[in-house]
Amino acid sequence: MRWIWIDRFIEFVPGKRAVAVKNISLAEEHLHDHWEAYPVMPASLMIEGMAQTAGILVGQARDFKEKVILAKITRAEFDDVAVPGDQLSYDATIENVAPEAASTKGIVLKNGQPFGRVDLMFSHIDNNLGGLKFPEENFVFTGQFERLVAPFLEQASG
Amino acid sequence: MPMSDEEIFEKVKETLVDALGVDDDEVTPDATLTGDLGAESIDFLDIVFRLEKTFSIKIPRGELFPDNILNNPEFVQNGKLTATGLAQLKQRMPHADFTNFEQDPDINKMAELFRVQTIVNYVKTKVA
Repeated sequence: MRWIWIDRFIEFVPGKRAVAVKNISLAEEHLHDHWEAYPVMPASLMIEGMAQTAGILVGQARDFKEKVILAKITRAEFDDVAVPGDQLSYDATIENVAPEAASTKGIVLKNGQPFGRVDLMFSHIDNNLGGLKFPEENFVFTGQFERLVAPFLEQASG
Repeated sequence: MPMSDEEIFEKVKETLVDALGVDDDEVTPDATLTGDLGAESIDFLDIVFRLEKTFSIKIPRGELFPDNILNNPEFVQNGKLTATGLAQLKQRMPHADFTNFEQDPDINKMAELFRVQTIVNYVKTKVA
């Protein structure tokens, strides 16, 4: 099982920008402990949501051939909390893609209003980490991630 | 009109503050990137990306921060750079100050070549 923290993409411009939404529900068990009296979406999981949105964008830019791994949280700022019933949007833009890495800028919105900024860097690990070898198969982009973006790519290819 | 050394330093400082999350006053010309400013390997790429954008320059990989030195047995023996290795590194990093390092070219001390001033010197050659 993959823990997927985005529900669907609403925009996907290959190599440039992607927007994904996440509806926060009290049915999600982690909110019962974070915290019982006042459930709020953990900031770490909003960063993960942005990492998945931006990571798929970066992966698709190289046709899912690279193994894209989150390497650095350059910036993560939230001005407010998000609670059950809120809809989050992760608006990610590619800043740079190089053979060994990529950087993205992101805005997090709550019910359409910007309230957070998450900038990330991703490593293309086969071109990095001092020549360490990884399995041939792409264990990052498995079916579930690809299915999220498939409708947009089919549309683009006509 | 070419940029002054001071302008370049200020922009490099800004770049490092953003990339490494350090305070303004920590970024002195002598500060080492890994030792004093806490940079890790991915940060070096982040710095390269940002410098390219800030100064509108292209930085070929391995030019500012040379690679393929430490994994070459001809260049490294017993944890130190060989004479050939040192010569190679000096040739590839004309922007670095080797005065101290070449007295004892221990690879563990290589980080001291990567100082804020090293970046400033490099950028100067690109924007001139």
